Amino acid sequence: MIEVKGIHKSFGRLEVLKGIDFHVSAREVVCVIGPSGSGKSTLLRCINQLETVQSGHIFIDGVEVTDPKTDINALRQQVGMVFQLFNLFPHKTTLENITMAPVILKGMPKAEAEEIAIGLLRKVGLPDKDHVYPAQLSGGQKQRVAIARALAMHPKVMLFDEPTSSLDPEMVGEVLSVMKDLAHEGMTMVVVTHEMGFAREVGHRVIFMDEGIIMEEGTPAAIFDNPQNPRTQSFLSKVL
Amino acid sequence: MSITPYPMTFGATLWEKLNSINGFNVVFSNWDYFLEGSLVTLQLTVISVSAGMVLGLIIALMKMSRWRLLSSVAVIYIDFFRGTPLLVQVMLFHFGILPIFMDSGPFLSGVIACSLNSAAYVAEIVRAGIQAVDRGQMEAARSLGMNGSQAMRYVILPQAYKVVIPPMINEFVMLLKDTSLVSVIAVMELTHRGKLLYSTTYEAAWVWGAVCVVYYIMTKTVAMMGDWIERRLATE
Repeated sequence: MIEVKGIHKSFGRLEVLKGIDFHVSAREVVCVIGPSGSGKSTLLRCINQLETVQSGHIFIDGVEVTDPKTDINALRQQVGMVFQLFNLFPHKTTLENITMAPVILKGMPKAEAEEIAIGLLRKVGLPDKDHVYPAQLSGGQKQRVAIARALAMHPKVMLFDEPTSSLDPEMVGEVLSVMKDLAHEGMTMVVVTHEMGFAREVGHRVIFMDEGIIMEEGTPAAIFDNPQNPRTQSFLSKVL
Repeated sequence: MSITPYPMTFGATLWEKLNSINGFNVVFSNWDYFLEGSLVTLQLTVISVSAGMVLGLIIALMKMSRWRLLSSVAVIYIDFFRGTPLLVQVMLFHFGILPIFMDSGPFLSGVIACSLNSAAYVAEIVRAGIQAVDRGQMEAARSLGMNGSQAMRYVILPQAYKVVIPPMINEFVMLLKDTSLVSVIAVMELTHRGKLLYSTTYEAAWVWGAVCVVYYIMTKTVAMMGDWIERRLATE
């Protein structure tokens, strides 16, 4: 589903990604872990071209994202993204946040989009919050709405950029449980996270990144119980 | 020792005293003349700010464009109109540039000069407003698949306008006062009427004093309306 080949990314003189290769199969959940500044978020943002790469190729479902001729807007409609800081549209109600993209981009009738949105709100456990503005929601609720907003476009892939990192601890669980449900439904997911428990339990594969390189990848059991790379060992010894 | 009383004329009522003053009569018998002038001033201001808002938005978007040509044109435009006096711009357009294209009367020339000038200030206000919107908003909109202009229209601008309103009201007040400069091309607005009345009566203090009062009433009204709008937006 996602194919990343030899990508390099620099911000000015700072090289953040130093040749990354990996792939994600359909229905697979890949968790990317690693210390801050290791390039995990940048990698994720390169996949839907919020950042452009200096070299290398990225394919989603066979379409080359990094080809300048690709219609990136059409492609992004198939790639949902969830941000650390939610980035809900504060001037719209939760319902409007969710219906906005399908109505504008797919020309979906408003009533149909609202029906879908209400279904999605029920799915993320917020059926009674449809006419509420984001400012009236807690962090965990905002993030669940953000997930619903991304799902409204029926994406083939979901990218999660540290979705629980800015949440109060008691709200992390509700967001992770929505993500877990999504994984069980067979959504293809790439999750950049510091939630090792989630990575172990839900991830099919875990990638450990440090200093712009994939240091180690494997099944959760292999990475967490028997890490081979000394960097992985030292990182996990600090966080587990 | 006895105190000599003042002459009786000083004992007249205030109203009698005022009526004996020529300037007072000049001002109050010409109240409709001032009123008409203030309406022309308001027209000039409202039309110019409205046109300036449309043009200013376009110039702001041009300035933020990735295309160098567009952004350079916007930068030069803003630099020119903010870097030269409006008084000179008014004369340049009325006597120099507009006659090449059309036979424009003073009012139209004044509106055009004020609109173009206002657009430069509005452009900077709008740009600041757009840049005040969190970067994540643009990213969220783009990640859903919107193109740049859809994101601007549906996500960024609806949030920028709240930030933009207070400085925009300020711009309205500033321009209301600056329209007095079009008196130089004989637009029959408030200041020009003051000039005419003064040159026939020589009652400088009364005439210009009255002109000041009328301007003050207008700017104060706009400012109060602005406060009301801001309060409503804050509670929204």
